[in-house]
Amino acid sequence: MDIHEYQAKDILSGYGLKVAEGGLAYSSEDAVQRAREIGGHVWAVKAQIHSGARGKAGGIKICKTHDEVQAAADALLGKRLVTHQTGPAGKVCSRLYVEAGTDIVKELYFCFLVDRSSERIVMVGSAQGGMDIEELAVTNPEAITKIYIEPAVGLQDYQAREMAFALGLDPEMMSHAVKTIKGCYKALRALDVSMLEINPLVVTASNELVALDAKMGFDDNALFRQLKIAELRDKTQEDPREMAAADRGLSYVGLDGDIGCMINGAGLAMATMDMIKLAGGEPANFLDVGGGASAERTEKAFRLVLADKGVKAMLVNIFAGINRCDWIAEGVVQAVRKIDMKVPLIVRLSGTNVEEGQRIIKESGLPIITAETLAEAAEKAVQARNEVVAKEAAGEI
Amino acid sequence: MAIFINETTRIIVQGFTGKIGSFHAQDMINYGSNVVGGVTPGKGGQTHLGLPVFNTVKEAVSQAGAEASIIFVPPAFAADSIMEAADAGIKYCVAITDGIPTQDMMTVKNFLRRFPVEERMILTGPNCAGTISPGRSMLGIMPGHIYKQGNVGIVGRSGTLGYEAADQMKRLGIGISTSVGIGGDPINGSSHRDILEHFENDPETKVVLMIGEIGGPQEVEAGLYAKEHMTKPVIAYIAGLTAPEGRRMGHAGAIISSAGEGAAEKVAILRELGVHISPTPSSMGETVAAVLATL
Repeated sequence: MDIHEYQAKDILSGYGLKVAEGGLAYSSEDAVQRAREIGGHVWAVKAQIHSGARGKAGGIKICKTHDEVQAAADALLGKRLVTHQTGPAGKVCSRLYVEAGTDIVKELYFCFLVDRSSERIVMVGSAQGGMDIEELAVTNPEAITKIYIEPAVGLQDYQAREMAFALGLDPEMMSHAVKTIKGCYKALRALDVSMLEINPLVVTASNELVALDAKMGFDDNALFRQLKIAELRDKTQEDPREMAAADRGLSYVGLDGDIGCMINGAGLAMATMDMIKLAGGEPANFLDVGGGASAERTEKAFRLVLADKGVKAMLVNIFAGINRCDWIAEGVVQAVRKIDMKVPLIVRLSGTNVEEGQRIIKESGLPIITAETLAEAAEKAVQARNEVVAKEAAGEI
Repeated sequence: MAIFINETTRIIVQGFTGKIGSFHAQDMINYGSNVVGGVTPGKGGQTHLGLPVFNTVKEAVSQAGAEASIIFVPPAFAADSIMEAADAGIKYCVAITDGIPTQDMMTVKNFLRRFPVEERMILTGPNCAGTISPGRSMLGIMPGHIYKQGNVGIVGRSGTLGYEAADQMKRLGIGISTSVGIGGDPINGSSHRDILEHFENDPETKVVLMIGEIGGPQEVEAGLYAKEHMTKPVIAYIAGLTAPEGRRMGHAGAIISSAGEGAAEKVAILRELGVHISPTPSSMGETVAAVLATL
């Protein structure tokens, strides 16, 4: 789960990280009011969306008068911002963060993340801040310092110092830097943070380290014990279909194709999508219905897949282990009868009680296309989709 | 032989008396697994499914001679149960539980590393379907009847995709020595590479099928190991050709977060390392058959 910049800054300032004075605004009047409260002559008006690279997308505006603040707020609120991290659909900005301008001497890059190879938390920093770290990793890997943290004892002072020196900080700033770095680590461990990125972390004219931006991601599996963090969820920043799926205990990811999918198991789901692609089609979604696919759950999954109006054919692929094919078949038949499906449905069942499942589908009298193998199912789905598209082109639908 | 479990392996179930634990314990018993009891703290001394219940794993080891354990404990308490098993002297543990926090798994891995290698418990999972040595013992939640006994080792992240592979092989008359699920989480007990090493040392296993997916470095690490240390052929299929970058595809670990983690990149690297590639998920069985035919 991701949170907004202003929320991350609020959390991290509680752990000793310095941030510029700022306030949240939901309207341009709010924004001007925040600027007045903050005082000074320069403000940054920042779109709060769950994405990095907001600056390049025009989501951050530097203002020198209250009128400029108002105009910037008007321009950003309600706007759909597209960055390279949001995908083409972009994300709508409904909150602004108005912040005092910071007198920047130097921009640094700093983050913590979970490293899967070493199974440890790694601290990553670079004196070349403000730019895309992945780009830097390719063009100038020596400019990046990585320090691995032993989980049993945690981040040590010498490691924080090593990072501070690598960031090129003045020796006078050392104790301040160690305190800042250790504060971030403490937050990370205490709150089940999976990713914490401060880009840029800046050195100010008064030799202070200030987080100009802050991005935090949390481990979804740990939200049960991080109730305050779970409350920070902003559903407007997430795909409504994915949210609806999560609320029903289904795992759904919307994609750009037109063959809807319902599959049990994440790996088999990905593999089935691969087969669709190899057969010349494009999947409309990833959907894992999980282990206990009851009739009710099956119906919910059908509704979710078909809510995407671009879907031209639907493929169900179930390998029943704990599940039983006859139960799945009954669920499918029931869902089709209830929903009044307009697109062709292809069903492939395998595993426990497969004969019984196939019999139920056949005897239902419904126009369900069945397949025995994964390859056959994908081919039939693509073929059915192509027929629908051809009919549409001929004006028959 | 097979790896990790066979007909004599003495098994306990942690989270034995719960609904899910009971269901699968019964299923394993029906398959012929040598289940000798279970652990549910506070219910020690009772009998469940005709078997003794213990308060602690230590008691299960000392009184029932437990060697292997399977964990059905809820996510919030699962890490603790894994560490209890390791400390009690369990040799092999499968964690079925889905949803264990990443930091808890970091703690578990760190805890396991404190034991000398020869005494260290082997953990597979979490978030997996378990392990089966067909015809001998099942320590998991898979449908046992789709696995035929034989000489192919399987290691994979996904449960149902593993079933698909076993089913394709059975249709072609190909059997399995052991099938090991390592789970879909970013930090897991054993990696693909770890399991390949066990298969390399198992005289009964002739070839290994590795079923990987997008995200993380483990498939490539396994490929490097296969090239440098293995005499047996490895066949791989990598799921997620159509997965977009930065989107989590169901499994917590199935997310392309940096270069080289996409399916096409992994396939290209593995091919370069001499691993046989099953180009599609429906050709896993045929690809294994073709490799077996060359032996």
